[in-house]
Amino acid sequence: MERKTKVNAEEGKQELTITREFDLSLELLFKAYEDPEIVEQWMGTKVLKLENKKFGGWQFQTSDAKGNVVFQANGVIHEFLPNQRITRTFEMENAPFEAQLEFLEFEKLTDDTSKLNMHIVYRSVGLRDQMVKMGFAPGLNMAHNRLEDIVSKLK
Amino acid sequence: MNLRRDVFQAIADPTRRAILLLVASQSMTAGAIASNFDTARPTVSKHLQILTECELLEQKQNGREIHYHINAKKMKEVADFLEPFREMWDDRFNKLEAIMKKYKPKN
Repeated sequence: MERKTKVNAEEGKQELTITREFDLSLELLFKAYEDPEIVEQWMGTKVLKLENKKFGGWQFQTSDAKGNVVFQANGVIHEFLPNQRITRTFEMENAPFEAQLEFLEFEKLTDDTSKLNMHIVYRSVGLRDQMVKMGFAPGLNMAHNRLEDIVSKLK
Repeated sequence: MNLRRDVFQAIADPTRRAILLLVASQSMTAGAIASNFDTARPTVSKHLQILTECELLEQKQNGREIHYHINAKKMKEVADFLEPFREMWDDRFNKLEAIMKKYKPKN
């Protein structure tokens, strides 16, 4: 199976990169990050605030079917260069995790294809690993842990 | 269809995990695997079919018998702690791509 999204997290480093090539023009790809209505659709979250400019802030909120808030995150935008780059911080609210720094680079490949490179820097290696291991559907994560148990028994 | 998610669904079932553990030690026929469980034989066959479709198990013809082997490469790949994280982003980006392919600029 083709792996369009690549994650590179070297052991012992407090950063990781996520790269993805899209069958979309650079402008369309960037639009998906710029337009709050579109962000809501693909991130599956409500966008309370998205100020696309230097010193701007953003805030996302996700609720369950009953309307209880299950996830809320916010940050500050440090740099906003259309079709090039977004630099921002990310912090989950009501969670014991410290803020992380995100560099998003948007690159044109051809007229109809583009590439996104996300570079995320965490405060520590431990925090990075913790963030990677959480945040998935609980069932998925549990199943995954069990698989690890079985693999650890393989020769 | 999302095959990768199916892998995790496949291993969420306790009987299927027990089968994987059993076959991890040595390759076995369906009959030998079934003899380790109280479950009805057709149920075990169904589990084997699911595990084979997810490529966690492989079938190999051995004379007149079919032996089930564990696919260690696939198991390790899926068990990598980055995989669910990668999958989450892959799903998001697939959605982004699908939405933007249909995008029409507002006037």
